[in-house]
Amino acid sequence: MTANVKKQNTSAKTRRFITNCFVHAALAVLSVIWLFPIFWVVLTSFRAEKGSYQTTFFPKTYTLNNYIKLFSDRTILDFPQMFMNTLIVAIFSCLISTFFVLCVAYCMSRLRFKMRKPFMNLALILGMFPGFMCMMAVYYILKAIGLTEGSMIRVALVIVYSGGAGLTFYIAKGFFDTIPKAVDEAAFLDGATKWQVFTKITMPLSKPIVVYTILTAFIAPWVDFIFAKVICRADAKYYTVAIGLWRMLEKEYIDNWYTAFAAGAVCISIPIAIVFVATQRFYADGMSGAVKG
Amino acid sequence: MRKRKKRVKDFATPYTVEAAVKKGNFATRLSFLIMGAGNILHGQVIKGLLYLAMEISFLVFMVRSGWYNLSMLPSLGWMLQEEVWNESKGIFEYAQGHNSVLLLLYGVVTIFMVVLFILVWGSSAKSAYKAQYLKEHGKHLPGFMEDVKSLFNENLQKLLMTPPLIGILSFTIMPLIYMISMAFTNYSKIDDHLVLFDWVGLENFKKVLSFSDSIGKTFWSVLGWTLVWAVFATGLNYIFGMILAIVINRKDTRIKGFWRFCFVLSIAVPQFVSLLIMRTMLQPDGAVNVLLKNLGLIDQSLPFFTNVTWARVTVIVINLWVGIPYTLLSATGILQNIPTELYESAKVDGANAFVTFFKITLPYMLFVMTPYLITTFAGNVNNFNVIYLLSSGHPTPVGSTAGKTDLLVTWLYKLTVDNQYFNLGAVIGILTFVVLAVMSLLTYRKTGSYKNEEGFQ
Repeated sequence: MTANVKKQNTSAKTRRFITNCFVHAALAVLSVIWLFPIFWVVLTSFRAEKGSYQTTFFPKTYTLNNYIKLFSDRTILDFPQMFMNTLIVAIFSCLISTFFVLCVAYCMSRLRFKMRKPFMNLALILGMFPGFMCMMAVYYILKAIGLTEGSMIRVALVIVYSGGAGLTFYIAKGFFDTIPKAVDEAAFLDGATKWQVFTKITMPLSKPIVVYTILTAFIAPWVDFIFAKVICRADAKYYTVAIGLWRMLEKEYIDNWYTAFAAGAVCISIPIAIVFVATQRFYADGMSGAVKG
Repeated sequence: MRKRKKRVKDFATPYTVEAAVKKGNFATRLSFLIMGAGNILHGQVIKGLLYLAMEISFLVFMVRSGWYNLSMLPSLGWMLQEEVWNESKGIFEYAQGHNSVLLLLYGVVTIFMVVLFILVWGSSAKSAYKAQYLKEHGKHLPGFMEDVKSLFNENLQKLLMTPPLIGILSFTIMPLIYMISMAFTNYSKIDDHLVLFDWVGLENFKKVLSFSDSIGKTFWSVLGWTLVWAVFATGLNYIFGMILAIVINRKDTRIKGFWRFCFVLSIAVPQFVSLLIMRTMLQPDGAVNVLLKNLGLIDQSLPFFTNVTWARVTVIVINLWVGIPYTLLSATGILQNIPTELYESAKVDGANAFVTFFKITLPYMLFVMTPYLITTFAGNVNNFNVIYLLSSGHPTPVGSTAGKTDLLVTWLYKLTVDNQYFNLGAVIGILTFVVLAVMSLLTYRKTGSYKNEEGFQ
């Protein structure tokens, strides 16, 4: 190796070293920016000083009282009750919408019938209307069948979260599309019916996407507050967690409840974050599955 | 067009309503009048009785309330609730008046029922003709149990699609039609039309689209900002998200998983929580201003949500915080799918990093991610959460119904929920849809993933 080439090599190496340093530094700065709000809300949830505005960034004293208040102070904003409401609604709407999504996705992916393409176009078109444009209309319909009073509100919420679930089949369909058709055909040769193929072959092969669908459907009631607000109106007994947290930031509560809000945010974010990080692979796969040319 | 014909041919069947009229025998034609008659006379008794039961229940419904609902639809009611003096009891009683909202709802539901009934009616005619056809050709006529069994095999789609379809019809499509029909009425607080209202034709559309009316002026300015917002929010998210994905995917970047985890964690926190936190952080006395003041960088609080330009830039920037992780997540997988030979041959030809990016990476990503871009654009036009939770549309000029950062959707919300202009809200919903539908269908139908759905199987 001549001296010249060696020199070039070392200069290329230093240049690469500098670029790498720069890239990692930039990524570090960006990650800090991205995690800053999360870090801040965790800090706030342990802050002993009340009120939303403070003069220092870090809390002066730390405490666990915010969490205790959140789960024990049931007089004004009954967080445990809201938690139970959301849990009940989430369980039922998750069961129904998972069933709907898997049925539609399987039909769209595996069966060929006249209404298939029209239905897919319809799903696309309906997705373009602003979601809550029909929210008021849904409210009137539910009211007309008597589901907006008392404990029927829970039924109404379940319907709102799962009624239109059949339209969100794209990710599951993308997954079903990747299962080789040869598997189905082999089963048909052995005399299996389409129903048997669906329940005994496709479902067991699709455990990941089934889990993904269940989890996303379960999360929806925890993070939506617009629909819940319209359906529950002033009936605080049936509030879900999201409305509760939203109310804690309203003018009359914010001074007393701000730190408790942060605690509540942490409480519902942790399980959702765990679920999300564990299932993000399917999100990415579903996206690339749905757009594979 | 050719494709459409081919599709029709794929699912061609001899059993149509037309054939039932032309070639049907007496029993088949009788089932146009008495549904299920053809099936019963040809031997499919249970199926025929089911059809008959459906017809009877529909007729009962029509007689009991359906007919009244339809007859009230053109006028939407005229009688106000009144106090009537009851002589015998000596008190005022409330005579129930008409409620246009309910009349309209019942009318729409009845029309829905009628359409459904017509479909069932057609299917009964087809089914009767099918029974006749099979019998005439000496083929086996399936009994009821065989029909039920076929639902689990060749007709599985009917079994699986029916429950979801019922859900979609009654809780997505019907409300939508109900809302759309409101756009043609004067259902609003103006002139007190909250209980009784009438059809007004295209009046509301004229009002919203005119340049002289105050609502019209607001509409055009809100539409302008919505489009600017959607273009910036989609474009910047896409570009920055892709750059980030490429940087993380570089061969020399260490701990790739960790970086990805950091960014993904921000989506994992529910959006309304993180946005509400952002909002409080950016208040005049919020954490950001406090931090900057403590560092001595600024004297006065930055006007994040009070100055128009600041507010608009703030929502776009925060939307980057929300949106980039999503782009990162979906771009990562696609980046790893780009064939490496392309890069190698480019390297041999002496292309530098920029040339490879613009000649290979970008075209490939654009090709694969066009549907994603379209859905993101539509999602941003309808991005209620970010605007409503962050700025609530503020700053709002005095006397206007829309703020300077209001999108069409948040304005729709304010018009209906805060101001009770239900008719105008419906018009805006329809116009939002028209803007999106025209754009998306044109682009989407051109993409590979729509045309060539089964290409990779």
